Amino acid sequence: MLSTFLDALTLQAGYNAALVAVGATLLGVAGGCAGCFLFLRKRTLVSDAVAHATLPGVCIAFILMVFLGGDGRNLVGLLIGSAATAGLGLLTVDWITRKTRLSEDAAIGAVLSVFFGLGVVLLTVIQTLSHGKQAGLEGFLLGSTAGMLFQDAVIIAVGGAVSTAIILVLRRPMTLVAFDPEYAGATGVPVRFIDIAMMSVVMMVTVVGLKLVGLILIVSSLIIPSVSARFWTDRSDRLLVIAAATGGLAGYLGTAVSATAPNLPTGPIIVLVNFAFFSISMLLSPKRGVLAAFLRHRKFQVDVHLHQGLTSLARGEAIREPLTRKMMRSAGYIREDLVATGKGRAAAAKTVLDEARWAKARQIIQDEAIFASYDGLTPIEAVLTRDQIRDIDAALGAPAPLVSPAGG
Amino acid sequence: MGAEFVQLSLTPILIGILAAIACAIPGNFLLLRKQALIGDAISHVVLPGIVAAFLVTGTISTWPMMLGAAGAAVVAVVMIEAIRRLGRIETGAAMGVTFTTLFAAGVLLLEQTDTSSVHLDVEHALYGNLESLIWLSATGWTSLWDPAALADLPPELTRMAVTTLVIALLTVVFWRALKISTFDEGYANSIGIPVKTIGFALVIVSAVAAVAAFDAVGSIIVIAMFICPPATARLMTNRLEHQILWSIFFGAGSAVAGYVLAGYGPLWLGSSNAVSAAGMIATVSGLVLGVACLYAPARSRVTAAGH
Amino acid sequence: MTTNTLPALELAASDGHTGDMNRDTGLAASALAVRGLTVSYGTKPAVFSIDATVPKASMTAIVGPNGAGKSTFLKAVLGIIPRLSGAAYVDGKPLETMRRAIAYVPQRASVDWDFPTRVRDVVTMGQFRSLGLLGFIRPAHRKKTLECLERVGMADFADRQIGQLSGGQQQRVFLARALAQDAGLYLLDEPFAGVDAATEKAIIDVLKGLKAEGKTVVCVHHDLATVSDYFDHVLMLNIRKIAEGPVTTTFTGPMLQETYGGRLATTHIDQLKLD
Ligand SMILES: Nc1ncnc2c1ncn2[C@@H]1O[C@H](COP(=O)(O)OP(=O)(O)OP(=O)(O)O)[C@@H](O)[C@H]1O
Ligand SMILES: [Mg+2]
Repeated sequence: MLSTFLDALTLQAGYNAALVAVGATLLGVAGGCAGCFLFLRKRTLVSDAVAHATLPGVCIAFILMVFLGGDGRNLVGLLIGSAATAGLGLLTVDWITRKTRLSEDAAIGAVLSVFFGLGVVLLTVIQTLSHGKQAGLEGFLLGSTAGMLFQDAVIIAVGGAVSTAIILVLRRPMTLVAFDPEYAGATGVPVRFIDIAMMSVVMMVTVVGLKLVGLILIVSSLIIPSVSARFWTDRSDRLLVIAAATGGLAGYLGTAVSATAPNLPTGPIIVLVNFAFFSISMLLSPKRGVLAAFLRHRKFQVDVHLHQGLTSLARGEAIREPLTRKMMRSAGYIREDLVATGKGRAAAAKTVLDEARWAKARQIIQDEAIFASYDGLTPIEAVLTRDQIRDIDAALGAPAPLVSPAGG
Repeated sequence: MGAEFVQLSLTPILIGILAAIACAIPGNFLLLRKQALIGDAISHVVLPGIVAAFLVTGTISTWPMMLGAAGAAVVAVVMIEAIRRLGRIETGAAMGVTFTTLFAAGVLLLEQTDTSSVHLDVEHALYGNLESLIWLSATGWTSLWDPAALADLPPELTRMAVTTLVIALLTVVFWRALKISTFDEGYANSIGIPVKTIGFALVIVSAVAAVAAFDAVGSIIVIAMFICPPATARLMTNRLEHQILWSIFFGAGSAVAGYVLAGYGPLWLGSSNAVSAAGMIATVSGLVLGVACLYAPARSRVTAAGH
Repeated sequence: MTTNTLPALELAASDGHTGDMNRDTGLAASALAVRGLTVSYGTKPAVFSIDATVPKASMTAIVGPNGAGKSTFLKAVLGIIPRLSGAAYVDGKPLETMRRAIAYVPQRASVDWDFPTRVRDVVTMGQFRSLGLLGFIRPAHRKKTLECLERVGMADFADRQIGQLSGGQQQRVFLARALAQDAGLYLLDEPFAGVDAATEKAIIDVLKGLKAEGKTVVCVHHDLATVSDYFDHVLMLNIRKIAEGPVTTTFTGPMLQETYGGRLATTHIDQLKLD
């Protein structure tokens, strides 16, 4: 098992398998990039409509080829058919959104389900045409690389390469358009053309990925990598690189894993590898990760409640909130019976002093950046210089009134 | 059109109508809340639910399957919310991540089982098998008064009827709260309506509708039921009350027309084999929506000042 | 560390204070009291540690620059978004138990005006509390709806689709919905944003009428030039509370400078002709 996995990883599990692995990797890269643009434009699920809309095209192509005396299973023919209805689906989504009051999500759902429904109707037609003989179109629903011909593998590899190349060439204008279409238009970027190119790549990834991943799952290659990448960066150029990398890696690892055993279909494995990357990103990313965010939030909450409690102490008011009381107790600022400890009184005095200094600082220091980044809890010494604080204390004057300038 | 109709077509048509209505009613609110694709996400996870239920119970029977599907729907909804809130990811992307992953897990599990009957059931779950829900012991319209024949009605019909009734009742009871919280969530919150609970309940009700309907019409085609009739209805009127009624009309109408077209259409064209009824129902509902997009009275956005 | 370099800033009342609930006398005497309110999206506070007291039967303006957290403040007070700390009290009782007494008018842009409903239905939403989930709409309710529309001058529009209203008309409909609640405390988020002079006059007349009936009105307000004319009380916010109090003594040049920072030119403040 491990040796087959290593063989697959090092592209030594046969010519076909190697081509498929290369194709899956390139598709992953292209899908990651194209998906980023969709994600940035908040149109992720358009890809879902495109994917489901390929089914009637596959069926129609099959029927046509059979009628023309062909085999019906020619991959090029089927892909052309799928691209045709996928494009039609895309145009329909666009048309519904522009011409009617329905929102894009409704248009996506309608196109997705209706095209798929039509596809199912055509599938039953094909079943009667081929008289029980399996048409082999099921593979397009869930994807299957089993029994793939050399020619099919070449198509996947070429498709992956072409879509990656388009992305590479157009990445700058695409980023501009994804980020702010109006601004991009104003600076002379042909927005419409770029949009079309972007959707063409989405379609190409979808269509070529059909055989590999299946039409229900291909959208994951477009969606998940960019979402994973989002946890690691706020910058669109890096988003693109990270999404391409995770998408490509998932394609590569996915095909390798699925090569190790007969009942490990490629498509689901690629999706699950992608999801593994996503989970790791969502949980552990230091910036937007759930764990980090939880810890930060927790600390912030404690700080806020302590600040609150100390302010109340200083004013001689009751601490009403149970949570505040609890935190004040565990910080040692108040005793079990809510009476302030010495430590609590000192901290309260410091809090009031800081408040007064900040209030004065806002009046005499003209640097807005300082206040823009101020979270209300940082000690003043951590933000202002000693000299500035001396000035503030001087301005506060001694003896300064202890009431906050709010007068409340 | 007598005995044969009652025996072979009456129950599938009724089930189709009920499924369409059960999905269309919550679909209206999902549409207005810009959550139309929740139906999409829920329907996709029906498959992993069924497979998981099979792996746990080892049998293919209705109730475990339904429970499995419902469980998967709840998992999906919770996962979407978690990704959306905790990860601060936009809803569409969160849904995409969730349903593709769960679906992939389902397919993988399915490949690990070798029972061909499970595969068959999965196919049914995807495409539906409305045509097979016939009423064998019916002998004609008089069977409608015959307790013995009635006892033999397909259980799917009873299930779908109960589901639809419950959904309709819930909608009536919570109508006002649903309407206010759909229109203006912040305001609803300020007058003490539990908007979060209502939102979650709506999604759960949709999941129940999807699960009850999937073995009749197939899980992907259920999406058409959630979206097309309400969308068509929205283009017909500017009042929510009327919109709901229109959506019921369009849902039921598509179900009847789709079933008839699927069963008899090919005959008219000289072929002897029927085509997928569920697929045809979805297609018809889509065509109706298409016509509404072109001609319906309230199809275009009103452009008023302040927009 | 420069702590405790100013002896004068010794804690004023340093003999230990126990949690005496009655100490905060402002609470019961006020229409709305907010204590220690902090809200954050992520870990940067949008509103930090705010205490505010709105006197009964007052017209209070909440002013502050864009992004100061004014809308956030209102929403957190109402419990629409979660608070990190703090609580709100209406007539001295926790706000959660007093929802019947509060009418909220959200920012106009916060809803989808394409929603399929009529003006009349929106105003009827204001009577949810008295109608309940299933109560039938009786003639009395209809009459009330029309009366409220009448008060804001929108009676002729009762059967209009809401998407066909202008911005000012939408604002009036929202106000009518609040009126239908028969509340004692009105919280409005920018009721004058993007409305013309006539609508502004109509709205302020209604609000002044409410005050005359002894009700309390709180508005998020952007137009500094009209603060002194419309309001008697002011709360100045910029993430933290900068000041609160009667307009005549609180709404002053230095306070404005502090609230708006460098964003408000001195000449602009001079034009406001403050005392
Ligand atoms: N849902 C949200 N998620 C994250 N940040 C938010 C959210 N809503 C508001 N903020 C941020 O909180 C801060 C306060 O916003 P808020 O809307 O309360 O300001 P405001 O005073 O009402 O401004 P304006 O005058 O523009 O209406 C802003 O910096 C804003 O970016
Ligand atoms: Mg605001």
